[in-house]
Amino acid sequence: MNVLAYIETADGKLKKSALEIISYSAAIASQTGGQVTAIALGDVQADELAKAGRYGAAKVLHANNDKLKQFVSQAYASVVAEAAKTTQADVVILSNSFSGKAMAPRLAIKLQAGIADGAVALPDTAGGFKIKKTAFSGKAFADVELTSKVKIVTLVPNSFKVAENAATGAVEVFNPQISDSDFAVTVKEVVKASDKISLPEAEIVVSGGRGLKGPENWGMVEELAGLLGAATACSKPVSDANWRPHSEHVGQTGLAISPNLYIAIGISGAIQHLAGVSSSKTIVVINKDPEAPFFKAADYGIVGDAFEVVPKLIEEVKKFKAANS
Amino acid sequence: MKILVCISHVPDTTSKINFSDDKKSFVTQGIQYIINPSDEIALARALELTEKDGGTVTVINVGDNTTEPTIRKALAIGATDAVRVNAVPRDAFFVATQIADYAKKNSFDLILTGRESIDYNGSLVSSMVAELLSLPSVNSVKALTIEGNIATLDREIEGGKEVVSCALPCVVSATEGMAEPRIPNMRGIMSARTKPLSVAEPVAAESMQQIVSYDKPLPRTQVKLIDPANVAALVDALHNEAKVI
Repeated sequence: MNVLAYIETADGKLKKSALEIISYSAAIASQTGGQVTAIALGDVQADELAKAGRYGAAKVLHANNDKLKQFVSQAYASVVAEAAKTTQADVVILSNSFSGKAMAPRLAIKLQAGIADGAVALPDTAGGFKIKKTAFSGKAFADVELTSKVKIVTLVPNSFKVAENAATGAVEVFNPQISDSDFAVTVKEVVKASDKISLPEAEIVVSGGRGLKGPENWGMVEELAGLLGAATACSKPVSDANWRPHSEHVGQTGLAISPNLYIAIGISGAIQHLAGVSSSKTIVVINKDPEAPFFKAADYGIVGDAFEVVPKLIEEVKKFKAANS
Repeated sequence: MKILVCISHVPDTTSKINFSDDKKSFVTQGIQYIINPSDEIALARALELTEKDGGTVTVINVGDNTTEPTIRKALAIGATDAVRVNAVPRDAFFVATQIADYAKKNSFDLILTGRESIDYNGSLVSSMVAELLSLPSVNSVKALTIEGNIATLDREIEGGKEVVSCALPCVVSATEGMAEPRIPNMRGIMSARTKPLSVAEPVAAESMQQIVSYDKPLPRTQVKLIDPANVAALVDALHNEAKVI
């Protein structure tokens, strides 16, 4: 199968999700016999484009002009659809990111393709195309069979290991035909907290709940996160009370995340919260209530007062980092 | 202003999810259904906009007659009228085709959906409807204001937000922050009984995907409890055993 991998960039560099997408695409291509073409839009540094080859892209298409410097889902979807037709792609892979989720449904219509959104594993291609995706907000998985000629998959961040897999990676300029009607949405301003690690892509997440008693107590959560290179998150009651922004809310009605390590502090572990974090590889729960349901869904637990345990943990992480740096 | 709000009928967030023995179907017994949470946010914002500037809010749902209590709830919250497309939703493309067909025949200034449904976790319908209608769309929107014919929106992105603008008509998917969901009051519940709820028959849509089976995540092994007096043991375990730091 020929695979088209849509890779996302930020500030001219490939995002981590881009490497996941190329690695995943390379695995599908090698499993089925085919080639990976990667496509990036907007301003991207030349060495970053070349990097796509290291992870398995035989060809890297780069489309850029004044209008494509900002993400507009309608226009980006048109460009990727055109690339899919040009490269005769059998499968188009995108990240299940905010941008990927905005583009993929449009691609599905343009390419008359079936779509598996939120895939968490490689497809089973023996006699068809069956793929595992999240369902019921992390409470379950569904195996979806795509029966269309062209298939679209969005891959959950952190669910596929990045692997080097050298291929030619020849960079080519791609000049798409885009109509003005695709640019009805105008980007006015991009507001980014550049010093913070983005939660959906974070490998480690430190999260706080109502047990922290108030927004003024988040200093230690942020300090621990800073030491671990982690993103911060929170439970729904915390964002509902405006202690933290809604963008940090993880759970069934917030973000679903799958980091390598999730540290939950003062979160009891209601079913709605567990739904959003249960695909984390390792879960640590710190809670003073030994009956908190979260302990049943955790790998490691400390029954104790967060205000005593977390400062100690910060000290231990500092020692660990000093010893291992 | 004419607004169309698309709502999904989904299991309550507290639901335990179970499947039949052959893993092929979701066990609906004992499940309470609700309006999908982010659709409720979209509905609340639609009502705020029409209360301010005038207009109507039509609710659309694709479902068999078991979804009518969920639609009535949306009417009780304040929607003007509702339409149910009489079909069990097969997949996102099927649902989007029905909504686009209705929207084309009834022309709306704004089509609102939730960010994603909490059952199949599709965040597909919104942009599919937009594509089918050749309309612009903005996803995961946490703030929406409308001045004249122009919508200004805050779109969520990794690690921040983007402020974008777009002329109406457009399709917008709502996330937390856009509005506070509303609870129906007694007057709303009474009036919902007599508000128009029409039933439309579905149009054909090709099926390109199907769910063949379900699975539940494997339960975790027994939690390892660590003595709060020996937090160093946690750091050691995370490094040497779990190998995550």
